[in-house]
Amino acid sequence: MLHIKKLTKRYPTGDLALNAVDMEIPKGQVVALIGPSGAGKSTLIRCVNRLVEPTSGEVILKDQNITSLGTRGLRTVRRKMGMIFQEYALVERLTVMENVLSGRLGYVGFWRSLFRKYPQADVDEAFRLLDRVGLLAMADKRADELSGGQRQRVGIARALIQDPDLLLVDEPTASLDPKTSRQIMRLICELCEERELAAIINIHDVALAQMFVQRVIGLKLGELQFDGAPDQLTPGVLTSIYGEEDWEATIETVDDDEVGE
Amino acid sequence: MTAITLDSKLGTAWKKPHSIKNPTLRWALVIGSIVYLILAVGSIDVNWNRVSEGLVRGWNFVVAFANPDFVSRGTDIREGLMESLIMTITSTVVGILISIPIGLGAARNISPLPVYIICRGIVALSRSLNEIIVAILMVAIFGFGPLAGFITLSFATIGFLAKLLAEEIEDMDKAQAEAIKATGSSWMQWINYGVQPQIMPRLVGLSMYRLDINFRESAVLGLVGAGGIGATLNTAFDRYEFDTAAAILLIIIVTVMFLEYLSGIIRKRVQ
Repeated sequence: MLHIKKLTKRYPTGDLALNAVDMEIPKGQVVALIGPSGAGKSTLIRCVNRLVEPTSGEVILKDQNITSLGTRGLRTVRRKMGMIFQEYALVERLTVMENVLSGRLGYVGFWRSLFRKYPQADVDEAFRLLDRVGLLAMADKRADELSGGQRQRVGIARALIQDPDLLLVDEPTASLDPKTSRQIMRLICELCEERELAAIINIHDVALAQMFVQRVIGLKLGELQFDGAPDQLTPGVLTSIYGEEDWEATIETVDDDEVGE
Repeated sequence: MTAITLDSKLGTAWKKPHSIKNPTLRWALVIGSIVYLILAVGSIDVNWNRVSEGLVRGWNFVVAFANPDFVSRGTDIREGLMESLIMTITSTVVGILISIPIGLGAARNISPLPVYIICRGIVALSRSLNEIIVAILMVAIFGFGPLAGFITLSFATIGFLAKLLAEEIEDMDKAQAEAIKATGSSWMQWINYGVQPQIMPRLVGLSMYRLDINFRESAVLGLVGAGGIGATLNTAFDRYEFDTAAAILLIIIVTVMFLEYLSGIIRKRVQ
């Protein structure tokens, strides 16, 4: 469904963030993208919806080459890719409802969005999603009144109301406590399953990734280092991605957690 | 270069390093500044006879403050004040309306380079010309009266507001704007959802502040013939009617204080 071919990004500073990365993600598959800071994880998912312009290579979503689209075509294809951010990236001075409805901006005209007159179907869907993430009562609160976990739930609702084919998720749990992190990861993965969504999740927490996803891709200095099932992540593999460290504890934690739940 | 060891440091006193390391240069600068200051003060030519005359006049003015005369020139004051208020409000509104698009254009993070350069150019032009100079020019073009003042203040508002607005946009949280862009929004929608909520409180605050500045400026502009309460004040001084002048100054002070109070309330509301 998503096909990335020889994707390369060189920043104007000369840093090569991505070097000819290839990957293919079928419908409904949730992939965790791991790797040290600066490995190009954020750049990769931003190249998919072209918040960052790739230097060369192709990104193909459902037989459509995203890299060659003009402004209008890009807007249309961005509607089909929901994005969830580190630090939530909600517009803090807007209400929860406005934040969720902003996911429909690609579908409604300027005047409708300016006067917040969204089609009833969109409003209903927003209420449904808020109910699904457990925040129905918060609809008229301002986004900056919510806690971190609640904000990320709003972020998830905003991405899903786009009716996407693909979720791009950038460090969704980086600023959350361990319990909330798991709840958020579980919610994202459940929703992907319900809606048969493919997702790329950038994540630092290897143990958390192993707990929830079907496939893990390791990136190091802009190059693919590992691609396989979560249980294939051995200390040797982690060393090849992150460098020398004692990995036994990281992997064992996962086993303990799974027994614990 | 000898290596710094802990033993060589222990027991020695520590002093903050001088910001000018060379001691000769440092003392030369200190002594040079003092000598210059003495010479500069010595060069001011004071005509003490003139000062003693002026002190009497100044004292009359201070005395006039004790019993300001609002009545004998009441009509002139009222007309001048109304003219000033109209000038202030219209120029602030027009100035804000023009400075919003220019402010958007002058923010490097959301505008392409050619637009940025043009908008920054407008801002720089507006800021480099002092209000008084613009007013003199406008009076020369449009003649005496509040129209010249209105145009001057609108022009000055653009430079002030567009610059500060652009800086606020440049300092905004990128992530919020990026999230809106990622939904497939158009440029206008992106500004409305991703940028506007972030800068709105600042825009309201700056507009109120500018209203306050424009009122004070409108009093000054009268002195060069651009209408308003300043013209009335100027006339009062020319006629040595210090009691009327005092009344006008008191009105200006009270109005500015009122605007300050009002802007405080409004800014608290929009946070």
